[in-house]
Amino acid sequence: MLTKRIIPCLDIKDGRTVKGTNFVNLRDAGDPVELGAEYARQGADELVFLDITATVEERKTLLDLVRRVAHTINIPFCVGGGIGSVADVSKLLNAGADKVSINSSAVRNPQLINELALEFGSQCIVVAIDTRYIANENSFQHIVHTHGGRKPTELKTIQWAKEVEDRGAGEILLTSMDTDGTKAGFAIELTAEISDNSNIPIIASGGAGTMEHFYDVFTTGKADAGLAASIFHFKEIGIPELKNYLKNKQIPMRI
Amino acid sequence: MKVVIIKYNAGNVQSVMYALERIGASYELSDDAEVIRSAERIIFPGVGEASTAMKSLRESGLDKIIPKLKQPFLGTCVGMQLLCESSEENNTECLGVFDIPILKFPRVKGFKVPQTGWNNIVSPESEWTNPLCKGLRASEYVYYNHGYYAPLCDYTVAKTDYILEYSAMLQRDNFFAAQFHSEISGDVGEQIFKNFLEI
Repeated sequence: MLTKRIIPCLDIKDGRTVKGTNFVNLRDAGDPVELGAEYARQGADELVFLDITATVEERKTLLDLVRRVAHTINIPFCVGGGIGSVADVSKLLNAGADKVSINSSAVRNPQLINELALEFGSQCIVVAIDTRYIANENSFQHIVHTHGGRKPTELKTIQWAKEVEDRGAGEILLTSMDTDGTKAGFAIELTAEISDNSNIPIIASGGAGTMEHFYDVFTTGKADAGLAASIFHFKEIGIPELKNYLKNKQIPMRI
Repeated sequence: MKVVIIKYNAGNVQSVMYALERIGASYELSDDAEVIRSAERIIFPGVGEASTAMKSLRESGLDKIIPKLKQPFLGTCVGMQLLCESSEENNTECLGVFDIPILKFPRVKGFKVPQTGWNNIVSPESEWTNPLCKGLRASEYVYYNHGYYAPLCDYTVAKTDYILEYSAMLQRDNFFAAQFHSEISGDVGEQIFKNFLEI
């Protein structure tokens, strides 16, 4: 049976793993190569690496890190952050990434999704969507944000999710800015709505604080994978105990 | 042991090279017919689309060479699909080592296609009999990412259930094939590569 995936995410800045609350107040969380290897040993189903600085000078450091991590781990490895072209993706895949995650550049230039899917195959193109709930006098809905969640766009999240699938995305990494860093649980309703309307896997992200939150996002939320960072980095929840807990509650898990 | 990875226009092989390095195997990446013919082991990886991949093989003439090879040969993912007779992906005629078609997963509510993630392989018999599966437990998880499948047939070495039961691994003579990505399938994938080198 196809299992639900548990995915630790490493936010990378200047070659180190960091994690903040609501995308600010970054704390250092260790060496990414060591952490990645440890997660693979513990049974993580995939590893995601998001380069949150991604300036030109730091790209070389990132490629070197990708090479070292990919060489060490034997599970799928997705890299995102600052990717804007076919050439950027080519470099990351040649360094050993199995998938890439694109975000702001896809919003700026949606055609990029089509180009990347055609060049490398949908299976390695993950579109990350950062979403925030906006309520004012005239409207209340989930709106796509860019630039690490700081900048609102005109795009409605549910429509954008459909569009990225139609353009050839292989997976959607859905991060709720409202729940990210709160440890109060994933954005269950939104995740379920998007998953119901998609034929590609939805990776839910933002808000994991307890093992039950993962159970909720896999059942009510209909997510295909659950992603988290700080609760794993700071050892608040161990991957083996999380997977055992979910398996005991009849969620298909690779143990 | 001289291992050659066949180089052709079908995606990224870096993860395959790293997997071989992790188990201490040396390899060469080549599209040269003589280098391939003289290899002791051949790995035929692939990601991407069948018709583009076949076009690349025809242009280099490798489509004529591959089916005649005699040494242990392992095709993975699209590499496995190309070894079959045909693929429903853009109605592509393939290499015909296995005389079975590659079919598109039917659309069934509740099942996303492509299948993306970890699913288990089991033996079609009561236990593993194929040398490629030596040391594996009765059910093991491997990483999949595919929208097309090989049906169960006389060559089936391992099977997986997603929408329907299909061939996870095939063998005919010196030709071995796996639909999943051994290179990123954890310790199980590494065991399969090790087994392949020891055949």
